[in-house]
Amino acid sequence: MQTVKMVVTGPFSAGKTEFIQSVSEIDVVKTERKISSDAERVKNETTVAMDFGRITVDDDLVLYLFGTPGQRRFDFMWEILSEGMLGFIVLVDSVRPETFREAKHILEIFKSYATTPYVIAANKQDLPDAWSPEDIKIALKVGKGTKVLSCVARDKETVKTVLLELLYSILEKMQAEEDM
Amino acid sequence: MALKGNLKDFSTTQLLNLVNLARKTGKLDVNQDGSSAYLYFKEGRLVHATNSSDGGHLMTMLVKMGKLSREQAGVANKKSASSSDKVVGKYLMDSKLVTREDIVQGVKDYMLEIVYDLFTWELGDFFFEQNSLPSGNRITMPLNLDNVILEGNRRVQESGRLQDELPDLGKIALKITDKPLRGVKLTQDDWRVISHIHPRNSVKQIAQNNKMDEFQVRKIVYGMLQAGLVEIIHPEGLEPKKQRRPVTRAGRRAASQTPAEKRSVVTKLIDRIKRI
Ligand SMILES: Nc1nc2c(ncn2[C@@H]2O[C@H](COP(=O)(O)OP(=O)(O)OP(=O)(O)O)[C@@H](O)[C@H]2O)c(=O)[nH]1
Ligand SMILES: [Mg+2]
Repeated sequence: MQTVKMVVTGPFSAGKTEFIQSVSEIDVVKTERKISSDAERVKNETTVAMDFGRITVDDDLVLYLFGTPGQRRFDFMWEILSEGMLGFIVLVDSVRPETFREAKHILEIFKSYATTPYVIAANKQDLPDAWSPEDIKIALKVGKGTKVLSCVARDKETVKTVLLELLYSILEKMQAEEDM
Repeated sequence: MALKGNLKDFSTTQLLNLVNLARKTGKLDVNQDGSSAYLYFKEGRLVHATNSSDGGHLMTMLVKMGKLSREQAGVANKKSASSSDKVVGKYLMDSKLVTREDIVQGVKDYMLEIVYDLFTWELGDFFFEQNSLPSGNRITMPLNLDNVILEGNRRVQESGRLQDELPDLGKIALKITDKPLRGVKLTQDDWRVISHIHPRNSVKQIAQNNKMDEFQVRKIVYGMLQAGLVEIIHPEGLEPKKQRRPVTRAGRRAASQTPAEKRSVVTKLIDRIKRI
């Protein structure tokens, strides 16, 4: 049995839990709230401070989706979570430009952990005040080749598109590396 | 689709940069404590600017910029009696009150005054109204935003934001983008920085080479970054951390797979997700 994982990250309240919940076949294991309400409990409790979803492919293959905790005080977990990941998704809260800087910061940190492909999902596009993916792309100063995708975490179809776009990027990169 | 927020989170520089890069057309409305600035853009260029107290009439602009006295304006106002600034402008020139150059310079200076002032606002709710242009009665003048952004940044004295945008100068280097430098008004200091750009030179070294202090070099680099003339890279020799040897079982297994096996895993995932 092989397990692969992808990481869903992004600023506080960007919609990571919602995103994973939309496609996971199990109820997302939410561990964060418990910890925020009881901040005194330490170490072994915080190591599970993440969302966790699952998509079974067949008897031999399972995909896990890990959502990072949005709060900075858990960022020591990011590197552990990112280990061995196939790729990652940075969710951006499109209605809160005050979080763009944080999103960019998170993106840079994950890029420094691993050279795996990533996509950016401009979430909450259903809300009238949402910035467009094109504007967010410029605001985050990411390169032309970076995919910034429209997303509504509650809408399974857009979540699927984001995951698929990431997988296509992963495939392309594998292909390119083989051709070298 | 909206473009809304507050300058404390997304600065004037960042906004103008966005308008410039996305070649936007429309009106940017910024409001703070009841006073508003309005900037109009056409395909990424600033074409008109005014504020809530002035209203953007040609006569007001010329008086403010000292091209016309209040008395002259009062008389002209009665005589020309038109709401079109083009008619007013023609009248002013015909009656030899101002020259064409006065009008061009006056309007331009007025627009720049409004927009440069906006760079000093640390707060202010903004809203971008897509495709909204000034009334046909107003005079417009297209100004390239590259230079506006560079100059506007020279006037920003607030170092907190600079510190935020460019935290550790020893850990970043610069790369010149393929944006043409021709037509962009660079100062001598800008050129001094540019001449030291090299993948092995951190910004800190660039500052040292030029005997600039950190604040100085930050301001220059920030301005050039916002205008899209340079971008940040990792200095050579400070590459991102190599991925460590996987310690989990799944990680070790993935590392021992052949390329074909790895690709087949991804293809299976794609098929599965399509079926969700
Ligand atoms: N309208 C709308 N609301 C959303 C969307 N995605 C998430 N939300 C809402 O945004 C809030 C935050 O969503 P979460 O999924 O808890 O965000 P999170 O990133 O897991 O938050 P933290 O774990 O606390 O950092 C919730 O109220 C969600 O219901 C979306 O696409 N559209
Ligand atoms: Mg969550």
